[in-house]
Amino acid sequence: MAKDSRLILDPLTDNNPITIQVLGICSALAITAELEASIVMSVSVLFVMGVGNVVISLMRNIIPSKIRIIAQLIVVATLVIIVDLVLKAFAYELSKTLSVFVGLIITNCIIMGRFEAFALGNGPWRSFLDGIGNALGYGIILIIVGFFRELLGSGTLLGIPVLGDPIEKTGLYALGYENNGFMLLSPMALIVVGIIIWVQRSRNKDLIED
Amino acid sequence: MGLKQNLHNFKEKNKDKKWLPGFNALFTFLYTPNETTHNGTHIKAVDDLKRTMNTVIIALVPCLIFGMFNAGYQHYLAQGLIDSADGFLGASFWTIDNLVVGLWKVLPLVVVSYGVGLAVEFVFAIIKGHEVEEGYLVTGMLVPLIVPIDIPLWMLAVAVIFGVVIGKEVFGGTGMNILNPALTIRAFLFFAYPTWMSGDKVWVHGAVERDQAIAAGENLDAISGETLLGYYAKSGQELTVAGTDTVTTYGDRASELYSYADMFWGIIPGSVGETSKFLIIIGALFLIFTKIGSWRIMLSTVVGALVMGLIFNGVVDAGWIGESSKFYGLMSVPFWQHLIIGSILFGAVYMATDPVTASQTNKGKWIYGFLIGFISIMIRVFNPAYPEGVFLAILLMNVFAPTIDHYVVQGNVKKRMKRLKAKVA
Repeated sequence: MAKDSRLILDPLTDNNPITIQVLGICSALAITAELEASIVMSVSVLFVMGVGNVVISLMRNIIPSKIRIIAQLIVVATLVIIVDLVLKAFAYELSKTLSVFVGLIITNCIIMGRFEAFALGNGPWRSFLDGIGNALGYGIILIIVGFFRELLGSGTLLGIPVLGDPIEKTGLYALGYENNGFMLLSPMALIVVGIIIWVQRSRNKDLIED
Repeated sequence: MGLKQNLHNFKEKNKDKKWLPGFNALFTFLYTPNETTHNGTHIKAVDDLKRTMNTVIIALVPCLIFGMFNAGYQHYLAQGLIDSADGFLGASFWTIDNLVVGLWKVLPLVVVSYGVGLAVEFVFAIIKGHEVEEGYLVTGMLVPLIVPIDIPLWMLAVAVIFGVVIGKEVFGGTGMNILNPALTIRAFLFFAYPTWMSGDKVWVHGAVERDQAIAAGENLDAISGETLLGYYAKSGQELTVAGTDTVTTYGDRASELYSYADMFWGIIPGSVGETSKFLIIIGALFLIFTKIGSWRIMLSTVVGALVMGLIFNGVVDAGWIGESSKFYGLMSVPFWQHLIIGSILFGAVYMATDPVTASQTNKGKWIYGFLIGFISIMIRVFNPAYPEGVFLAILLMNVFAPTIDHYVVQGNVKKRMKRLKAKVA
């Protein structure tokens, strides 16, 4: 079906979960001060959403609708615990930076939203694509925000100094450049997300609502 | 043909050019345009937005000029090159040398502020196809007055772009902004580059350079650029006077260096234009006389600050707080002295009264102003690491201003409904 590709592409652009539906803002603000954390968070959400959507889709006919939220929560919680344990085992330092926010993937509105809106009514393959698409849409915004915040806030990318050394005064710092401490604070993440929304809507006027 | 007719013809000729709003903006500085409205009856008044803005700028000019002299004076005084001027008319204050340093350091701030800010305004006007709005005229003048003298110019430029775009244009431009743009710019600088916006160096020109020279191994005495708030915040701590072996406390050192008269006339380190309380009061009277600034907001801000100061004095008098507390220094400052240290008066007169972001109703203005003063002193005392809270308090109350207005209006509606019912019954 031609529509399958839209399941992946739409959330990346005109139906982005963060910039259009304005979901999952909390984690987008909290963990994007560093690019590495943004990437790990995106991958974690990708895993949880991809697998979770398939699981929910497979169980959609046997979940009684009255307790479906609880059933969904159990699925997400299980997957999140898996992610958390894997991170603790293989990337302990990073899991400390992400701290509670991995656990809070459970409450990420995007995941519950896709379970409710899509996986409960569609087959496993389409649900998988939808999950991947939305997680990528979420991840791409996280990575853009993380890129700018780390570059302008700390002068590094993935922990590697790219603008010179602020203490030795090399590179840009020799010219008097200084890191922008505001970039590391959460309000600036909100403003960066806002600027992305602004750019996106001025490129595509259909997205502007009255 | 006069100049006006020439300019007008020029305008007619280029009617559909994209850059015309830019030309109009400059044209209306000189003349009233020939266009008339096409519908409805209008009241003709000369005090349009541009005249209003210009009046505020006139009120600010004395502060700016004083700021230039003060910049040079503080610079030379800190280096020990001149004697302290006794009072406002002291011989070593109004000198050409001081003015030269002031011009050298302050004019670039003004130029960058206006240049960058107006460039952003023109770009937005041309993209959106409307006339250039005059909103930046006052902001551009306020910004150089509320930053430390030694702030790097590129930081100011970045902050101005941020403040004008995020603080104003995204909300729809002049008249639609929620936050005061000048204070948005200051807040951006404050959070982005805290080392350049606080501490004991940036307030006096030369102190930072001197520090770098010392770090590079030169045998020089450090210059202190501490503001009075900084001294009082650390009032109990010990301090070795630079260049001597005298050990004293910050509190004693402050009263040794600056008298109350110095604070009132403004011969103290601080942001460029906010130090002279005397000139601010002159400016306030001018704004009240021309009916541009709201005396309600100014007065209630001062009252709010005094009330909060009195409460803190009461806490100290009651002995609820020990001298070892880090809040003791600023809490024990006599309540009235809060008005002549820091920038509460400048904020009250020029910032809080911004007609766009302040409360619109009279009762609302009293509440709005009172809370600004109240919260300013609260932040000042409880945040000794960055002891100035006026701009944060005003930004906070900017956000609450519409809410205050809403409840004032609702209260009025209720009162009238009651009266109506009483009449019917």
